[in-house]
This record gives sequence, C-alpha cells and structure tokens, in this order.
Amino acid sequence: MQNIKEYQLIIVGGGPAGLAAAISAAKSGLSEILIIERDKYLGGILNQCIHNGFGLHYFKEELTGPEYSKRFIDLLSENKIEVALDTMALNLENTEDWRYVHVMSSSDGYRVLRSKALILAMGCRERTRMNIQIPGTRAAGIFNAGQAQLYVNLEGYMVGKKVIILGSGDVGLIMARRMTLEGAEVVACVEVMPYPGGLNRNIVQCLQDFNIPLYLSHTITDIKGRNRVEQVTVQEVDQFGKPVAGTEIYYDVDTVLLSVGLIPENELSREAGVEIDPRTSGPMVYENKETRSKGVFACGNVLHVHDLVDFVTEEGESAGHAAACFVQDGGCVTEDANIISIKTDSNIGYTVPQQIRVDDVEKAVRVFFRVRKIFKEPSRIVFRDQSNAEIASFKRPFMFPAEMENVNLPRQLLDKISGTELTVSVEE
Amino acid sequence: MFDVIIIGAGVIGCATAYELSQFDLNVLLLDKENDVSLGASRANTAIVHGGYDPDPATLMGKYNVRGAKRCMELVNTLDVEFKKTGSLIIALDENDLKTLDKYYERGLLNGVEGMEMLDSEETRKREPNLSEEVIGALWIPESGVINPWEFTISMAEVAVREGVKLELNQKVIDIDKKSDHYLVKTETDQFQTKYVVNAAGVYSDQIHNMVAEPAFKINPTRGQYYLLDRSAGETVKTVIFPCPTELTKGILVSPTIHENILVGPDAETVSDPEDTSTTREVLGLVAREAQRSVPSLNFRNNIRNYSGIRANSDYNDFFVKISAPKFLDLAAIKSPGLTCAPIIAEEGIKLLAQEGLELNKKDKWDGTRKIIRFKEIPKAERADFIKENPEYGRIICRCEHITEGEIVAAIHRGLPIFSLDAIKRRAGSGLGRCQGGFCGPRVQEIIARETGVSPLDILLNKTGSYILVGQTKNAESED
Repeated sequence: MQNIKEYQLIIVGGGPAGLAAAISAAKSGLSEILIIERDKYLGGILNQCIHNGFGLHYFKEELTGPEYSKRFIDLLSENKIEVALDTMALNLENTEDWRYVHVMSSSDGYRVLRSKALILAMGCRERTRMNIQIPGTRAAGIFNAGQAQLYVNLEGYMVGKKVIILGSGDVGLIMARRMTLEGAEVVACVEVMPYPGGLNRNIVQCLQDFNIPLYLSHTITDIKGRNRVEQVTVQEVDQFGKPVAGTEIYYDVDTVLLSVGLIPENELSREAGVEIDPRTSGPMVYENKETRSKGVFACGNVLHVHDLVDFVTEEGESAGHAAACFVQDGGCVTEDANIISIKTDSNIGYTVPQQIRVDDVEKAVRVFFRVRKIFKEPSRIVFRDQSNAEIASFKRPFMFPAEMENVNLPRQLLDKISGTELTVSVEE
Repeated sequence: MFDVIIIGAGVIGCATAYELSQFDLNVLLLDKENDVSLGASRANTAIVHGGYDPDPATLMGKYNVRGAKRCMELVNTLDVEFKKTGSLIIALDENDLKTLDKYYERGLLNGVEGMEMLDSEETRKREPNLSEEVIGALWIPESGVINPWEFTISMAEVAVREGVKLELNQKVIDIDKKSDHYLVKTETDQFQTKYVVNAAGVYSDQIHNMVAEPAFKINPTRGQYYLLDRSAGETVKTVIFPCPTELTKGILVSPTIHENILVGPDAETVSDPEDTSTTREVLGLVAREAQRSVPSLNFRNNIRNYSGIRANSDYNDFFVKISAPKFLDLAAIKSPGLTCAPIIAEEGIKLLAQEGLELNKKDKWDGTRKIIRFKEIPKAERADFIKENPEYGRIICRCEHITEGEIVAAIHRGLPIFSLDAIKRRAGSGLGRCQGGFCGPRVQEIIARETGVSPLDILLNKTGSYILVGQTKNAESED
C-alpha cells in the first residue's frame, strides 16, 4: 500500500453524531480530522426530516432537521475539518498504531487512509417487510417509512393514495401526518406490541390530531395485489404475538408503510472485529464511547437507536472529546483502570455504556437505557453492586419502552462500589 | 415473415434464441412480460444439478449430466455468476440410506462422475452444521449454484446483439396455421413465421393446444423460499438435499452465489400460475423441514421470502417434440430444466432441422459476453480503474457494493429496461439486506436519466407495479 494519507481522526458518517464528534474533537485541540460521508450532503437522515421538534434539549428551541444539522455544518470550516462527500468506506482495519479505512469515490477513486483514532458514526437502517416475514405478494407499494419520507420530502414524489402504516415507530407516525397533509388517506396505524413504539408527542400530533386510529396488539398478516398493493389483512395478536383467528380486518389500500424498527449499521464494525452487543446491535462501549477495539469509538444510532437527536449530539461530543484525548495522550484512561460492568434485570433491555472505567470518570457518567415494558406507576431505577448494596436510585413517574431513559452516576458513588459489577433494575 | 418465433423468454426460450442466433435466420423472441426471465427462471432454486435422481429412461436423465457440463462451460462464455459447490444428499434413517443407494445406481446410469458415499463422520466433516441425526450422504461433486436470471438474461443479450429480435409485453392469444406459415397473434400484434417454438413454461400446454390436440397438462406448482443474510456466515458450503420425495427434491439448504443461504422449496399445486404469494403456514413448514437437516438455521436472518411457480405436468418428462408441422414444443420443463436448458435448446434445434429449417452458420458470430463487476477488480487495480471510469467509483447499492458504472452498463446492454428489478437482476443492486431501501430511489434516478423517461414511469417489476403515484403539492406548484 502506497501513498496512504494520514489523519489524526477519521469519522465514518456525516450525520448528527459524526458532525458533533468532529467539532468536539477539534474543540478539544485535535487537528487533521476527516469526515467520510457516503451521501452527497452532510446531515444524514436529518436532511429528510423537514418537520420541527429537533433541538428542544440541546438548543432549547424547536428546529427542523436541516436547520439542526446546519448549525453544526456551519462550524466545520472554522474548525478546519475536512469532509469527503459521496465517498463510501468499504473496509476498516484495526492495528496497534493505526486505524485503516479503505474508501472509494468517483472523484478520488479508491484510496487507503489511516488515522490514530476512528469514530464509527454510520447510523442505522430500517427493518424491512422481509425481516419481519409478512407473507403475501411482493407487489409495489410497500415502503419503509424512511424511504417514503425520502421520496416525499427530498424528491417531491408521492408514493401512494390510500395508506396503512405498520409499526408505530416515530418515522411511521411522522409519515402518517406527512402523507395526510399531502392529500393521501391514512386508514390506520397498526402496532404489534401492546404499547406504541414512538414518542407520545408523535402519537398525539401525528395520529390523534388527524383522527388516524391506532390499533395496538395488531399486525398485518397478509398483503394482496399482483403488481401493486390492493388489500392488506390486519389481525389481532395474542400475548405471544400469534395472530388470533376470527379477528381479521381487511383494508383496501394501495400502500403499506413500515416503521418496524431500526438496526444499527455495523457491517463495517463487525468486519473490523469490533465487539457487538447483541442487545443493542451496536458496539460494546466504555464510559467514553470507546469500543473494545483500541482507538475505535462509536456514537449515535450506530451505537444504539435513539429517539431524540439531542442525545445523539451529546454522545457524538463525548466520543469526539475522548478520541481527541486518545490521540493526544494515548487516551484518558490509565491502563489498569478499575472496570465495572453494568448488568440489567429483565425490565431493562440494555445500557450504554456497558462498562465503566471508574478512573476515567471525571465528575459523572451518563447511562442510557430502555425499559422493556410500560411502567405507568411511579417507580425507582436502582443500581446495586455485587454485595447487593444500593449505590444509587432515581425516581420516575412513568417509563415507556419508546422513550430512552438516562441517569447520571456521579464519580463519588462509583468509588463506593464493591466488586466489578453493577446491576440496574426497576423497582415498582 | 420470420423464420422462427420463440414463444416465451425464460431460460428455455433464451437458450434457444442464443443457439439460433449463430445461424443465418430471422428469429423473433416473444414474451408476455416486460422483461426476459420473469417466470420460473426468475424464482427457483438456482442450482446446476448433478443428475443423480432423474429416471435414466427420461430426457431428464439423458440430458442432465450433459446439461451440467454445458452450463459450466457457458457460465464462462457468458460471464455468469456460478460456483461449483457440489451437493450432498443426506440420509436421516435407514430408509434414506436405501434411497441413496438407488440414487447412486441412477447416477451411474446417468453418467454422473465422481460420486461418493459418505458415512456420518465424513459427512459432518464436510458440513459441521448438519444435524447429528445424519447417518450418511451421497456426495455429488459435479454440481453447483448459479445466478439463474443472469444466465437467462445473458443468453438473451447475446442473442439480441447477434440479430435476434425481442418483443416484450406480447402475450400470445392465438396461433393460426396458414398454408405455408403460422400467424402468431398477440393482444396487440400479429407476426408471420415459418416455424414456432413453444417455450411458454407454465403456459406451454395452452400454446400447444392452439395448434395440436392436447397431449399434456401443466400443473403449476408453487414453491416458497427463504433467503438468509450473509451474516448467517458459512452455514453450509455445499447444496444440502434431504432425500427426495415424488413431488420435490425436498427442502434444501444451499449457499448462493451471493454468499447468502437459500432455503426451500415446498411443492404446492396452485390454480393460478401467476400467484407467487407466500403464506405463513408454508413458510413455517419450510423452516421446520430445513432445520431437520441444519438445526442451527436462524430465520431471523431472513432478508427475503419469495415463491416460484414451476411447470410440473402430468407428463412425467420434458415434452420435447414436434407436435405439428414446423411446431416445436419445448414444454413441461420442470426441474432439472435450468440445468438442461442448453441441451433442450440444442436438441430442439436438431428437431427443427429435421422439419426442414436450414441452419447456415453466419460468417461472424460472437457467442461471448463479458461484464465488469467492481467487486471482482483486485484492490490494487481499483484506483487506476476508477480514474479511467469514474462511474465505477460511486457505490449505489450499499449492501452489495454495486457501483453506478455497473448499473449504467446494465441499462445499455441492448434489452429494454422498465423496472428496478430489471436492474436488480442484471447488476445485483437491491439484493442485499436492506432490499433496495437505500438504493431503490437512486437506481430509479439513474434509469430515468439514462433512458430519458420520468421517474414516475419506472416500475418495481412487472407491468402495473408502479412505485410513485404523482408529485407532491409543492413539487407540482414548482413545475
């Protein structure tokens, strides 16, 4: 390999996570930073999110997706951050001293780059109709909600006239409203779980305000239509998710939009040997977003699927800062750091980070997680160590799986832990 | 007046067109769909069979080994994706072992080379993920996995380049026998021809009955499949067959040329030969049956379910005959029809010659095809290649790493392009885990740009499978 171009930091992905990471790394004193983006524009999925509601936490104001990302894009040049657009990262390789990235583009051809630190910020993709194995025909008119959003918002094309939505994830809810505003009839939103998949504000603003019914514990069990969708069958499901005979409802629609979950895009990470947590489908990370592969960090939806971009930004900043520390002084962490693993009880799906190097925590570490069922009554999130001593507890009036939770664990509490494990549970 | 009209542009029709294109003849290839390879040639098990199971007394038995050899030559000539994986027919009980003996004998009669009987240890050494219940297997080395639609399309592309005329969206509704020619009527046109070749797949009985007394009846047989993501890894390296039944070769587990795992098919007679839907019940059955051979199969890795309709019939063989003067049936072609297609075409053309068709070779005929697959270009050469061909530097299909250059080339290989799936079948875009979620709109844009049509007119697949219904309010007011 000849003419390998070198950087201090390469960031794969120019969406909100990658942008925040780049700026944060620059502000932490790092130079020679490159963002690799496969699209022709920076901003990632925010480009097609023309609705408002972004930035309430971070900027304390309501922005549209493109407005939100522009605030970061505008800071790139003053921070001397290099950007390679329309460029695809094909392979990652991790060695002791360097992270290698094979990239390709029309303008610069096939190149091998390397950097001291690497940040994974590739985002996520939508689960498809085939992933969830809905039987029926393979007619046109079945779209992932995000794909339909791209057609409608970026390309100016309508994808259907009479629409049913499967899954109550946020993109699906947003598209229910968007399609209605564009003159389509949205007949129903159908959710297989007994609770909604998206934020409550979207249930209200996108379904209830437009009188679109939401059927919980229902799913689509058949799709008919030889060339274009003509009819779908909706059925109630039992507690095991099995369709209940006799509950069939038939809808004559020409379009099915799917909002049935997002999958972190970790194909590159896996090939590079980055250890993946099966619960998040994202890399296992420490408190500073460093993966188990030295010098490789992760943030945003590639790490775990978020519902608010504000937290993606925060995570990106954390990863960017940590990557800068890593390059400047070989990492913030002492080699023999005291490592604590966070375990979860059955009420909690996962945590990010999965492990904490206590000595690396300056003031506090923010732990993100999702609950696995609805808690309507006030309950406590409790952290216990291996001696079953309560280390910290946090009250919540209610909790929903759709809304990511987070708590701050102060350093002085972490120092009190006996053993190497911390278990987080929900106590009602 | 055409010399020959071939009805049906599946693998049989296209193989026949390919072979006929080397002669000085005026040939027309007709299909009712908007692309070639849209029937059984599109949705099948994608295997070049070894030839161990057909009855040696049938054409299937006689053609299989020859066909497999010819396929393995043609994949090079035509640059078609193929991998010689070999096959294992596994035995789960004593009865199955007897069946394996029978197939070994049949294989010998059919000329299958290199067969080996393996004990359970040898079998599991080859395929560690097979069930512990496996007590032995028959190893068939001379077989493999192929890209069936690319095989079909490649023959059509060469045939058209070498002078065969192709008419799509032409459903044949009647054939009139005139004194010295046939009049082939479609819904919109009629064509005169001296010879007719019936390669109409599941409709081959209907075409036959237009000129001759009924001689066989097609029983359209649907089979459903799973395609699992390549993250499933190398679950199996070879094609795994359970012992066959009368209806089917059994639910097999097979690697594909794109490193996925293919599981299926069942066999279900259907009344509607266009009904390629999948059903919950059958998919459940296919999954359970496949796990008898390979228990670790994880169907959460599914990236696509599909079904195909094969032209099974009440005639227990390929129906390759002159059924009326100058009318050739290449009909009732069921498994191993894909493997035998080149031989069926060759033998069919011999029958046409006996009917008086003059076969004079053209002075110049090029039967080869070569395409660029970016994935196959060595890393060291990629930089220089993209400098010369910048379109190959832009990845359009992120899952399969298919470049814009490959898509543009596929659009301009001589066959008309109407749909995203036409590009999927030619360039491989959209075959991966996101199933075209990302690349679909980009491919649509490229087809529109390259062929000068509106994106609104680009289909997902067959005629009627429109993707977009119009412009948004804003886009309309800007126009």
